[in-house]
Amino acid sequence: MEKTRPLWATPLQFVFACISYAVGLGNVWRFPYLCQMYGGGSFLVPYIIMLVVEGMPLLYLELAVGQRMRQGSIGAWRTVSPYLSGVGVASVVVSFFLCMYYNVVNAWAFWYLFHSFQDPLPWSVCPLNGNRTGYIEECEKASSTQYFWYRKTLNISPSIQESGAVQWEPALCLILAWLVVYLCILRGTESTGKVVYFTALLPYCVLIIYLVRGLTLHGATNGLAYMFTPKMEQLANPKAWINAATQIFFSLGLGFGSLIAFASYNEPSNNCQKHAIIVSIINSSTSIFASIVTFSIYGFKATFNYESCLNKVILLLTNSFDLEDGFLTANNLEQVKDYLASAYPSKYSEVFPQIKNCSLETELETAVQGTGLAFIVYTEAIKNMEVSQLWSVLYFFMLLLLGIGSMLGNTAAILTPLTDSKVISSYLPKEAISGLVCLANCAIGMLFTMEAGSYWFDIFNDYAATLSLLLIVLAETVAVCYLYGLSRFESDLKAMTGRALNWYWKAMWGGVSPLLIISLFIFYLSDYITTGTLRYQAWDAAQ
Amino acid sequence: ISHVLLCNVTQRVSFWFVVTDPSRNHTLPAVEVQSAIRMNRNRINNAFFLNDQTLEFLRIPSTLAPPTDPSVPIWIIIFGVIFCIVLVATMLLIFSGIRQHRRKNKGPSEMEDSEDKCENVITIENGIPCDPLDMKGGHINDAFVTEDERLTPL
Repeated sequence: MEKTRPLWATPLQFVFACISYAVGLGNVWRFPYLCQMYGGGSFLVPYIIMLVVEGMPLLYLELAVGQRMRQGSIGAWRTVSPYLSGVGVASVVVSFFLCMYYNVVNAWAFWYLFHSFQDPLPWSVCPLNGNRTGYIEECEKASSTQYFWYRKTLNISPSIQESGAVQWEPALCLILAWLVVYLCILRGTESTGKVVYFTALLPYCVLIIYLVRGLTLHGATNGLAYMFTPKMEQLANPKAWINAATQIFFSLGLGFGSLIAFASYNEPSNNCQKHAIIVSIINSSTSIFASIVTFSIYGFKATFNYESCLNKVILLLTNSFDLEDGFLTANNLEQVKDYLASAYPSKYSEVFPQIKNCSLETELETAVQGTGLAFIVYTEAIKNMEVSQLWSVLYFFMLLLLGIGSMLGNTAAILTPLTDSKVISSYLPKEAISGLVCLANCAIGMLFTMEAGSYWFDIFNDYAATLSLLLIVLAETVAVCYLYGLSRFESDLKAMTGRALNWYWKAMWGGVSPLLIISLFIFYLSDYITTGTLRYQAWDAAQ
Repeated sequence: ISHVLLCNVTQRVSFWFVVTDPSRNHTLPAVEVQSAIRMNRNRINNAFFLNDQTLEFLRIPSTLAPPTDPSVPIWIIIFGVIFCIVLVATMLLIFSGIRQHRRKNKGPSEMEDSEDKCENVITIENGIPCDPLDMKGGHINDAFVTEDERLTPL
């Protein structure tokens, strides 16, 4: 007789698992960037439309499939049709790729977390050069936070061809990150179910603390005003709509098989429609919430940089013209500059090349996404706050929770099909399978700790999952609606949960969502083809 | 105060100075003075209650204080602590899992099949009580399991 399937202890654990999986690093570092690029407040319009039209239906579909088939992705799709087991295998492979490179971010977060217990923070000051009269040149030209990220953390090589050696410090952090993930998934839903209480709830605590702190920072309102002023003309830009659709799609983590895996541990009578709506709404609101925090921090950082730039100009002018200290202020700077230009034209023209034009707008417009936002921009803002160690520890702890929460889902996507397969689970207990998967991922992940590792990370981040996921989800939708039969699925759901299927879901699954996915797919393919040779941004120590 | 004469007044407080050697009646060379100032910068600053940013000696670049470098980098200490905690917790979980497996393997050889199935169902389902229908029957017929699950929502 077969062992009964392990279940979530309460439906709340399932909801928290989905939330901690969906709310990941992308909500923090990708959504604010998109919001800034595509018109601030007006980006919310395509975002919410795509959420309702694409996000909720597809999420509900995956949860319903998992709950109905009660197996991991491979088994579930094999039950739908034996020809479709390839879809399940594709999900597992994509999840494997994702696990490989995603945990490296957790390793970096651990690295920064451990370095946050020093005074002063190591990324706030540049190290000194040989004869102690100034700072290291690489650090002078860039900023101290960039130097810490590119040199101390990554020890980056100038190009992807020069791989360099494995750096032992990030490698240690990667091993620790995988140990933590293994600890959480060791016992299956029993251990995962308890961990998700923390990984789902604690990031919100930290975000609220940061929100309060961020809004009270000097200059935060500049950032918020800049972000939320809607630029309505961006609504006509098709890229805004495409990016909104893409963001919803990837933010919810569709197509990896994790949602199917989580839902397969549900009671069959679970109301997954309600849960799908709750999870998708919480995911999107977290994105918006995180972007409020991010933009108040941006505003603070931009104002701080603007004011230091002004102070440098004031110092320069005071020194060159022997002016009285305190004579030049930010308010009369322009008038004094004009006066000096007319009164001492030769001397002014000497000094002129060194005077930088300080502008608050240019500071605000530096839009960054990805690891740059999390590890460079945020750390730069944090180092200027009071009690920066506390804020730094809180921030990286939150990043860790978000990252590990998503990793739980990714590893569940791989492990659930493996433990479901009778062949493998008869030889090895669940703990050993988890251990082997973690070990394999950790070993391959060492690639990302090499000197060129960050470039490999960018490659994986941009290209590992995008096209494959679109294809997988398209296949899933078409399979459920047309191969398995929408009416058959509807009666299954009704028998399982006792609720009839709303016409809205049927319309979305049958028509709108597949069309959306096809158009996204065509757009991305044409984008790849027309781009030609792909390029990446490198960091050269010589410049 | 009436015997103080000012000349060459600038908007900033600045002055030239030379150091004379009374015993030999000549001025000391600039290089010596510069190196002396560089070594004693702190004392000179403190005498005026100023610092490197507010008291500038032209052509003497100030040396910057290096950040303190502890013998063992702090991050390794914290890393070691957390690593050991996680490792210990993992070992505990693994060993308790192995012990549970061994107890379950010993179980079927001693107890009846039906009781064993019930016990399996209770332990795996994390405390959710068994459906009373299953326990009374003794044997679970797989063919009818899904039908039972359809009836329970009522």
